Amino acid sequence: MTTVADPGTAVRRPPGAAPPVWNRRRREALAGYAFVAPDLLGLMMFVGLPMVLSLGVSLFSADGFGGYTYVGLDNFRQMAEDTQLWQSVRVTLIYTLAFVPIGFVVSLGLALLVRDHFPGVGLVRTMFFLPHVISLVVVGIAWQFLLVDKQGAVATLLRPVGLGDTSFLGDPSLALGSLVAISIWFLMGYNMLILLGGLKDIPKEYEEAAGIDGATSWQKFRHVIWPLLRPTSFFVLVNSVVGSVTGLQAFDLVYVLTQGGPAGSTSSVVFYIYQQAFTFNNYGYAAALTTVVVGFLIAATGTMFGLTKGGRFDAG
Amino acid sequence: MPVRLRAIVGYVLAMVTVAPLVWLLVAVLRPADELFAVTLPSRLTLDNLLFVLTEVPIGRYMVNSAIVSVAVTVIALVLHSMAAYALARLRFPGRQVIFSMIVSTLLVSLPVILVPLFLVARELGLLDTYAGLILPAIFHAFGIFLLRQYYLTIPRELEEAADLDGCGYLRRWWQVVVPLSRPVLASLAVLFFLANWNAFLWPLTATRDPDLRVVQVGISTLQGQYGSAWNYVLAATVIAAVPTLVAFVLGQRRLVEAIKTSGLK
Repeated sequence: MTTVADPGTAVRRPPGAAPPVWNRRRREALAGYAFVAPDLLGLMMFVGLPMVLSLGVSLFSADGFGGYTYVGLDNFRQMAEDTQLWQSVRVTLIYTLAFVPIGFVVSLGLALLVRDHFPGVGLVRTMFFLPHVISLVVVGIAWQFLLVDKQGAVATLLRPVGLGDTSFLGDPSLALGSLVAISIWFLMGYNMLILLGGLKDIPKEYEEAAGIDGATSWQKFRHVIWPLLRPTSFFVLVNSVVGSVTGLQAFDLVYVLTQGGPAGSTSSVVFYIYQQAFTFNNYGYAAALTTVVVGFLIAATGTMFGLTKGGRFDAG
Repeated sequence: MPVRLRAIVGYVLAMVTVAPLVWLLVAVLRPADELFAVTLPSRLTLDNLLFVLTEVPIGRYMVNSAIVSVAVTVIALVLHSMAAYALARLRFPGRQVIFSMIVSTLLVSLPVILVPLFLVARELGLLDTYAGLILPAIFHAFGIFLLRQYYLTIPRELEEAADLDGCGYLRRWWQVVVPLSRPVLASLAVLFFLANWNAFLWPLTATRDPDLRVVQVGISTLQGQYGSAWNYVLAATVIAAVPTLVAFVLGQRRLVEAIKTSGLK
């Protein structure tokens, strides 16, 4: 490198002259490292280290008091026979398959409804978004109250149609459905806002041109809006899948509303891992499960980047 | 759809959406024996709220939540802004690798790393401390990513003018870059405050000491403690939601901006 000069020259430069290039570069690099260091170290400590550590701890049987015994791959073998685990995988899968498409259609519907001006449209948007501002714990408690068996507001309102004695959280065949519905209510305003951002970027002229050519509302949506909204839709869908499997919604709501019950019918994977660790003190097994989920996340991210050629959602 | 029809559908759906929350609010103001009534309350009472405020350490929970949320928000904004400035503007070897490493953690959420994070916090002696509630909540790639994207759009000339004045990098960041990024920082501040005020899983895991309970953990334990005394549980729940709503009303525009930008990655 020709620009690297003898450090001694810095001392000999005449007063007032510009500092040599190497000096400036080094100062800039030093400042760069110093500015990035706190965040980088924090991320390594509280995100990177846990991810690596989960792999290490999976090979041990760890009790709640810091005692570790090496067990090799036993924790992973245990998974195959763990029927409760497979039950929770099933719960997460059904939850995702229901929440993602229904939630998307609802959010898109709302976004189209409030895209153009009508009196009070701003307030209407805010009202759709409001549930998302409240914490999931408050949301869980509120819905538990509304869904109290026989006396709750929902039971009272549905009594005329013969659903007054239905237990929406107590019946194993309904509890997961209730969880999906509440999740959609909580997240629809958030996804609506993101889709609204995408819709606003589509030039009005395109639709007007289609209108002049005699296109119906559905044709305008199908052939103008839908293709141009693709990148935003893709983002919302990926976000929703990741959120359903690993998001706070999959834990907080389950914890407050049902504790995974009745009969394990709402026990999501992340809730099951929490229970293994903090109810049964099986830290090693919980770490092994974490490793599998991290593996899933890496695979999902990789697939996503592969499919979209490096995150360019509009390509292809 | 004609405008008038759209408007009516919008109003009806919006009212249905907020109905559960309004219901909750009304229930808190009802006398205890009318809690499950679907008619209008015969009278409004503050008894439930007063009971919770006097008999439950909800004040303590709120103070804990406020300490943690404000500390996380302020520290995160400072650190993220510095890191983002370096990643967007300063040239140093390994910058791209560091940025990729940070971005690769974007999809990692707390429920996924909870168990090993708990083990790390335990080894560091962070369990049952304020530091343990605050530190792990600070570091998240989203804020760094968003700020970096913004800093890339700040014209270099502005910074170079500061350079001629002989500003060091720290002053350049503080006196030029930070003031220019006030809108983004404000958006993130609302977002971070809400996320941390509403945080439940990590405080639940990292604390056992009742004196360190944050408000979300506090109200969830009331749920067990007062079981069927719904009027008290609901009163505490409503009190816990008040700061959230205040922050939302004050920062709504900012928050909406941040969310819209997040979709444009």
